[in-house]
Amino acid sequence: MAGWIAQRLVSAAIVVLGVACLVFALIHLVPGDPVDVMLGQSAQPADRAALRTSLGLDAPLDVQLGRYLDRLAHLDLGRSLHSRRPIAELLRERLPATAELAGAALGVTLVLALPLGIIAAVRRDTPWDYGATGFSLLGVSIPNFWLGPVLILVFSLWLGWFPVSGREGAGSVVLPAVTLGTAMAAILSRMVRSSLLEVLGEDYIRTARAKGLGFRAVVLRHALGNALLPIITLLGLQLGVLLAGAVITETVFAWPGIGLLTVEAIKQRDYPVVQACVLVISLTYVVVNLLTDLVYGWVDPRIRLAGRS
Amino acid sequence: MRVALPGLILLGWALMALVGPALASDSNALHLAHILGGPSPAAWLGYDDLGRPVMQRLVVGARTSFLVAVGVVSLSATLGTFIGSVSGYLGGRWDRFLVLVIDIFLAFPGILLAIALAGILGPGIDNVVLALTVVGWVGYARLARAQVLSVQHRDHVLAARALGASRWRIMMRHLLPLISAPLIVEATFGVAGIVIAEAGLSFLGLGVQPPAASWGSMIRDGTRYLLVAPHLVLAPGIAMLLVVLAVNLLGDRLRDHLDVRSRTRRF
Repeated sequence: MAGWIAQRLVSAAIVVLGVACLVFALIHLVPGDPVDVMLGQSAQPADRAALRTSLGLDAPLDVQLGRYLDRLAHLDLGRSLHSRRPIAELLRERLPATAELAGAALGVTLVLALPLGIIAAVRRDTPWDYGATGFSLLGVSIPNFWLGPVLILVFSLWLGWFPVSGREGAGSVVLPAVTLGTAMAAILSRMVRSSLLEVLGEDYIRTARAKGLGFRAVVLRHALGNALLPIITLLGLQLGVLLAGAVITETVFAWPGIGLLTVEAIKQRDYPVVQACVLVISLTYVVVNLLTDLVYGWVDPRIRLAGRS
Repeated sequence: MRVALPGLILLGWALMALVGPALASDSNALHLAHILGGPSPAAWLGYDDLGRPVMQRLVVGARTSFLVAVGVVSLSATLGTFIGSVSGYLGGRWDRFLVLVIDIFLAFPGILLAIALAGILGPGIDNVVLALTVVGWVGYARLARAQVLSVQHRDHVLAARALGASRWRIMMRHLLPLISAPLIVEATFGVAGIVIAEAGLSFLGLGVQPPAASWGSMIRDGTRYLLVAPHLVLAPGIAMLLVVLAVNLLGDRLRDHLDVRSRTRRF
């Protein structure tokens, strides 16, 4: 087990290093001179030189990469060009909003996906199943930047139940969370359905039913527990999609999280902030995937023992 | 029916893209008397905030999304299939390196890298295609590699190798036809993903620039007038929803037809 964990940690560390290198490369993809793009053509030569030095763009590429990784290792993300504040501070300010949104969206996902998936599996090939299939097809086909405005139109402007945008009061998280959680619920409900169907065909389920156990006990206690493994994995993988989706959802609802910070920084050509946001979101994704992997290996010995045979 | 309706929708989409400019010659004309006007016999879908006919803007937007979707899917599927099959077939050091590259790209969640790339490269349809291709090839590469690994030890491949066929010939003639079914299914679903991604980038202001139209930028512009002119958001959204639904439905049918996934047992 320890060897398996070490192996996963090493490969995650290599991926993290690769991600950092790719994020470093982003600023060099700016067409022309990044300093020109950030400051404009009319900037004073002294200002341009100062920015070039502060970004370290005057050094050779390998030295720049070395310095960048060194700063990252010391958790120094640099300063915003726009507000001149340390980027780590900006991220710390925005993190709670994104965490709140992601948590609420995850809640919406589970509340929608579990019942839908269970009903679709248990009542396979009935109108219930078709309804759940229809929901999931719609869910993956509706983009969040359209669902968001439509929800605002109906529930904020027409019915007046929730605020249009911003993060004030408990109700303000509802519409963004539903917007972000729907697509994920659509995918997860399919997974719950297929995973549960797989388990329901097993012998021990027949035994449980033959013992005379009630339908609810068989499905909820015996089947769902074993069907949870692939569901947990998918949740881990989908959390990344959720974080990326937050960039657009936060823009729709002016929700002051890391996603909105990313879009604002792109508009202000504040590239160090863009780099930091992409890095932080991607690293969160890598860590979540690693944890999912470890949990999965811990729960299911077949995974961690697979490498030995 | 299950193929006919989605097929018709996609045919309409492709037609709008191909002959669109002839249909929508008026798409940038300003009708100041009709600003934010609702649907009427003269303009089925009403007018936008500058008095431009929404129907014609929709046709131009269809062209944008079609060109980007076809461009990105063909580029990324070709590139990804090539890299993935070379990686799987050659094995060894090359394979380990390419798998690492694939893993690194997969560590960027969803559309995030494309948003950052499009933001840094600057707006424009070329950069949208570039950004989405850079992100998109990875899925095809992973799939192609896995497929090649599973079929490369089949007898006919060994026979071809024994006959002295070159690696290139084996890959093109003996492996590619075998691994193409799941890749075609992946590419079909890929079209739906790219339509949404292009509109998403345009929604953030990173796609095509005004006065050109994209369904995403139409939705973004429309959100400012949500209460007085909801048709500005509803029309492009429903058009996109129809196309994406049609692609997903066809993808499902194609997957069943090619029997890519094994069937689950009945309860």
